[in-house]
Amino acid sequence: MRAAEPRRWPVAPTLAALAGLLALGMVIAALAGPLSVAPATLWRGVWEGSDQPGYLVVRDLRLPRILMAALVGAALASTGAALQGLFRNSLADPGLIGISAGAALGAVSVIVLGGGALGHQALPVAAFAGALVTTFLMWRIASRGGETRVALLLLAGIAIGAIAMALTGVLTFMADDNELRTLTFWAMGSLAHSRWSDVALVAPWLLAGIVLMPLLARPLNGLMLGEQAALHLGHAVPRAKRAVMVLGAVSVGAAVAAAGQISFVGLVAPHLVRLLIGVDHRWLIPGAAALGAVLTVFADTLARTLVAPAELPIGLVMALLGGPFFLVLLLRRHGV
Amino acid sequence: MSEVLLDVTGVTVRAGDRSLLSDIAFQARAGERLALLGPNGAGKSTLMRALAGDLTPDAGAVTLRGRPLPDWPLAELARRRSVMLQHTPVGFPVRVDEVVALGLPGRRHGNAGDALVGQLLDRFGVAHLRGRAYPSLSGGEQQRVHLARVLAQVWDTPGPRLLLLDESTSALDPAQQYRVLATLAALAEQGDYLIVLVCHDLPLAHAFASRVLMLDQGRLLADDTPARVLTPERLAAVYGLRSRWLDHPDGPVLHVEGALE
Repeated sequence: MRAAEPRRWPVAPTLAALAGLLALGMVIAALAGPLSVAPATLWRGVWEGSDQPGYLVVRDLRLPRILMAALVGAALASTGAALQGLFRNSLADPGLIGISAGAALGAVSVIVLGGGALGHQALPVAAFAGALVTTFLMWRIASRGGETRVALLLLAGIAIGAIAMALTGVLTFMADDNELRTLTFWAMGSLAHSRWSDVALVAPWLLAGIVLMPLLARPLNGLMLGEQAALHLGHAVPRAKRAVMVLGAVSVGAAVAAAGQISFVGLVAPHLVRLLIGVDHRWLIPGAAALGAVLTVFADTLARTLVAPAELPIGLVMALLGGPFFLVLLLRRHGV
Repeated sequence: MSEVLLDVTGVTVRAGDRSLLSDIAFQARAGERLALLGPNGAGKSTLMRALAGDLTPDAGAVTLRGRPLPDWPLAELARRRSVMLQHTPVGFPVRVDEVVALGLPGRRHGNAGDALVGQLLDRFGVAHLRGRAYPSLSGGEQQRVHLARVLAQVWDTPGPRLLLLDESTSALDPAQQYRVLATLAALAEQGDYLIVLVCHDLPLAHAFASRVLMLDQGRLLADDTPARVLTPERLAAVYGLRSRWLDHPDGPVLHVEGALE
């Protein structure tokens, strides 16, 4: 049963707390690792410059990775929040509707079929292209005579995602041992190779989703009452639908390109924030972005410290920690 | 007399080679209460969609304050006409006051604490439900919440406004139906609202409406006062109903006796 009287936490303090949690998480992540760094070293390094090994590790290895984790998590979560609003379904998630499967197919094609000739950037570019192509296909299938049917879009997305996953499977089957290792690690998600140059490359696309998605909050709010009612309320619904899909494809494509497949965060972060502060997308989307960043930074820190000096794939960490937590929450909340 | 708010001229809507609406024409002003009647499939919902601007007629036009509906910017139209659909499913556990706040215009959008939210919920007798989750309400309670939302959308717009209500009281118990329609009728009588109500309950329509439009097979059969439209002959022809008007000290009463053999 749903709670008959949903309680809401005050919006501004909750958002501020999430932002504070993110800042705290990022600082802890910067200090944690096989080489432990004292807070004082970090402090001096930032303000006075320093070439102590501890500070250099933080500056050149950990910080770009932490920033990437935060951006990827925020982009996946705000896209998840917007997609759930668009599809009026709290199960919608970039992973479920095929955008990330398309991105994965693009990336795996490059790993297995080659494309190394295209250089270091081939993989992210292919992932990005994969996300855009699947989104475009979904859109074409669900659009007739200038009208896009959201339910059809969801179904088409699931079907296209299944096809993309099968094709990825075929490529996996064709791969040799060496490719397979790269591929597996990538499919389970990793931020291990994030450097400042990578951050610079994908940050604009991730930020596009994080910053622009909240601008669609009003039409998404209207869509809670259905498409027709949203139109009656004066919202430019067709434009909002297009914008959510394009921004979603861009930022999920960039996220998968940067970090491989990280499931769950796009589903859980919006859900949790909705429980805390309610359904208004004006606060839900930024709140989900902040929580998504927190969860991803946290999971990535565990991924690189739990079995140091080896690493766990972040996708596994996220699912193994998040899954049970989410289940407990559902059980407590719905009293199943 | 006030200006013509709604002007419908020669509206025809076709689906394939079937006419859903044929040459519908009427005018209405703020202050009027129109009941749109007719058997299932008569074209009531299609006409409502044309009046809302959801569909563009194959011929004819609907103008609001002299301006054809397609020429209205969406947001401006939303300040002038408000629509309650037969079904408005709400996704997510939205709270009642949040549903109403979705109707608030401009900067007030989504502000569940806005004074108007409580005021309108109170007007429809559901103020005590404002903290409840919308999906946990009964059908009749949900309809009253949506009435509050639909009114919130145009409440502060100066000048005449159009309310389109498609079977908005169908899930209410009889006493609530009369109470809600009396509330709406009182609003219309103050002169700012033109209300068009689709309805299946003839005595209710009689009690509410200042004017009844009878549709059958896409045609406007009659457009007049309730007593002149709801004649036994017409009800027999359109609905296959047996009925008569009874004399009563307070005025004649429509008595529906049953279906024709």
